[in-house]
Amino acid sequence: MPKLTMVQAINLALKEEMARDDRVLVMGEDVGVDGGVFRVTDGLHEEFGESRSIDTPLAESGILGTAIGMAMAGLRPVAEMQFSGFSYLMIGQWEGNATRMRSRTQGQHTCPLVVRMPYGGGVRALEHHSESREATYAHFPGGKVVIPSGPRNARALMLAAIRDPDPVVFMEPKHSYRSFREDVPETEEVLPLGQAHVEREGDDLTVVAWGAMMRPTIKAVDAVAKTGVSIELIDLLTISPLDSDTICRSVQKTGRCVIVQEAPRSFGVASEIIARINDEVLLYLEAPVKRLTGYDVVTPYFGREKSYIPPAARIENGLRETLDF
Amino acid sequence: MPRKTLAEFKVEHLQVLDENGKLDKELEPDLADGDLLRLYRGMVRARELDQRMLKLQRQGRIGTFGPCTGQEAPSTAAALAMQDDDWFVGAFRELGGRLFRGEPLTNTLFYYNGWEEGNVLPKEVGRRMTPLAVVVGTQILHAAGIGYALKLKGEKAAAVTFCGDGATSEGDFHEGLNFAAVWQAPVVFISQNNQWAISIPREKQTRSETIAQKGIAYGVPCIQVDGNDALACYVAIKEALERAYRGEGPTLIEAVTYRLMMHTTADDPTKYRTKDQEDVWWQKEPLIRFQKYLSAKGLWDDAKEEALREELRAEVDTAVKEFEATAPWPLDRPFDHVFAETHPSIEKQHQEYLAALKEESDA
Repeated sequence: MPKLTMVQAINLALKEEMARDDRVLVMGEDVGVDGGVFRVTDGLHEEFGESRSIDTPLAESGILGTAIGMAMAGLRPVAEMQFSGFSYLMIGQWEGNATRMRSRTQGQHTCPLVVRMPYGGGVRALEHHSESREATYAHFPGGKVVIPSGPRNARALMLAAIRDPDPVVFMEPKHSYRSFREDVPETEEVLPLGQAHVEREGDDLTVVAWGAMMRPTIKAVDAVAKTGVSIELIDLLTISPLDSDTICRSVQKTGRCVIVQEAPRSFGVASEIIARINDEVLLYLEAPVKRLTGYDVVTPYFGREKSYIPPAARIENGLRETLDF
Repeated sequence: MPRKTLAEFKVEHLQVLDENGKLDKELEPDLADGDLLRLYRGMVRARELDQRMLKLQRQGRIGTFGPCTGQEAPSTAAALAMQDDDWFVGAFRELGGRLFRGEPLTNTLFYYNGWEEGNVLPKEVGRRMTPLAVVVGTQILHAAGIGYALKLKGEKAAAVTFCGDGATSEGDFHEGLNFAAVWQAPVVFISQNNQWAISIPREKQTRSETIAQKGIAYGVPCIQVDGNDALACYVAIKEALERAYRGEGPTLIEAVTYRLMMHTTADDPTKYRTKDQEDVWWQKEPLIRFQKYLSAKGLWDDAKEEALREELRAEVDTAVKEFEATAPWPLDRPFDHVFAETHPSIEKQHQEYLAALKEESDA
């Protein structure tokens, strides 16, 4: 089993899927000859040629709008937004067409496509390069939002996203792009979309996280577990549609829950999870569900990001508070 | 160093049949009599349905819609010029072309009465026709992407897309032209310049002398045609399609026409334009001149006109009856089409909705 970074693992998935299915192509700014600014599409140009690794003009709406046309005409485009902070220019096409085409035509036309976008902070980048806006995309019915947390699940989820008959926003935590490696099996591994993964099983507390927050959360969970507490850690993997069953089953068992989110606190995925817990298992709760999140301020420049994004120590404190409630 | 002229451009205007039905014989396309009659019939058919829908809307029997009266020529001519394998990527004022391509009249009625079922076309019709695009200009990019796919697959086919004059101010219009040009994708862009974007007249929309010339900036061959002259539309679209099939990339066609009716039935044009202005354009509308042309060729007369109108009105009557006799579609269908496969969290809401509907109907 080769040890790969997340960049290499996603690259592997793209390569595998392009080799398996000649309808699949990658497109976006600098994805071809340059191999992408993060090198996620490295080598695809050499292997599959410029017609299937398309260096597009610089226009985000144009990239998604043409990908929609390609998908409707039978291709399986994987479009890249260079940074999620530039993706808002494509939201018109996402909301207006990609997510609606199936419902609009009751399945006569569909948009099987993937929009990849690096998101999140922690890499000391310029303004607009550090946000975590998964809730924005999760709010549009008809589109899926997927966030891997490590190389192995990134590869397996990317294969599933490309094969999915519906449009998928695939948000890549760029903080995790190269910060660690994992064994990625040489044989094909596909994870189903719409299902969360139970990373650690436990009975006393449920912790939910996703994307780049998984690493500091694991650190905090393991530190607290050493004190003899049994913690269940859930990695969402798919943000929308949300696997509430896995979360609610767990909370029913533990009675306590902490959600760790990089994004601003309000109107986010954590809020939605709390609402679902209220709907399904309110009476099993022994403590209020806690959110450990970014704050409702404009994402600060990187000089301040270390304390803005919940660090492991803050998560650890939060877990103890909820356990002690 | 003297200043140099690097490039100079010209924009061609094409009219074959003037507003009085006078023909420029040199420019007349080589169309069989049967095709000419089909083209005329297609335009009249759209007019008849359009005018009937206006009445239905006023009577509260359908919802808001955007009439196409006066703009029948560009899309109907396009549909005649196109092959079955070409994609028809419309906006929302291409009733002539859509019906010509085989959209059943009842689909149009269902759509405008608030049912997605109107977008579900018979397989052979819907295969290469996209649904109406309400958000202005977004469909232009889809056509560029479809064009790319056709080229990649090596198909000898093109995407034909429509937009209005207002859409040419949208970013998606410019991105669509640019992407298609860079890719040399087989796309025909047709801007139906009907001179009004709701209340905004053409001169407030752009300072460009023509909309056609916007293609020049992107390296896209362009032409302006009289959009009320179905023959000019046909000639320009046919040329553009041939260019696309030869692998020579996209074309932009500006079809100058006029929105004779309101923007949609929710709009009142008396607020921003005069009846005199409209009357000028009623003199130039596309059906009368084509009828004169057919008569001059010995293909048409009053009796034929009367018979055609009667036949089409009966067809519309039948469609309206069928539309109104159709029982309401199941209310919960949107839950079946969020994704190809439903998800437990959506199915849960589905069951909740069904229970609420039952409770409300029992109440």
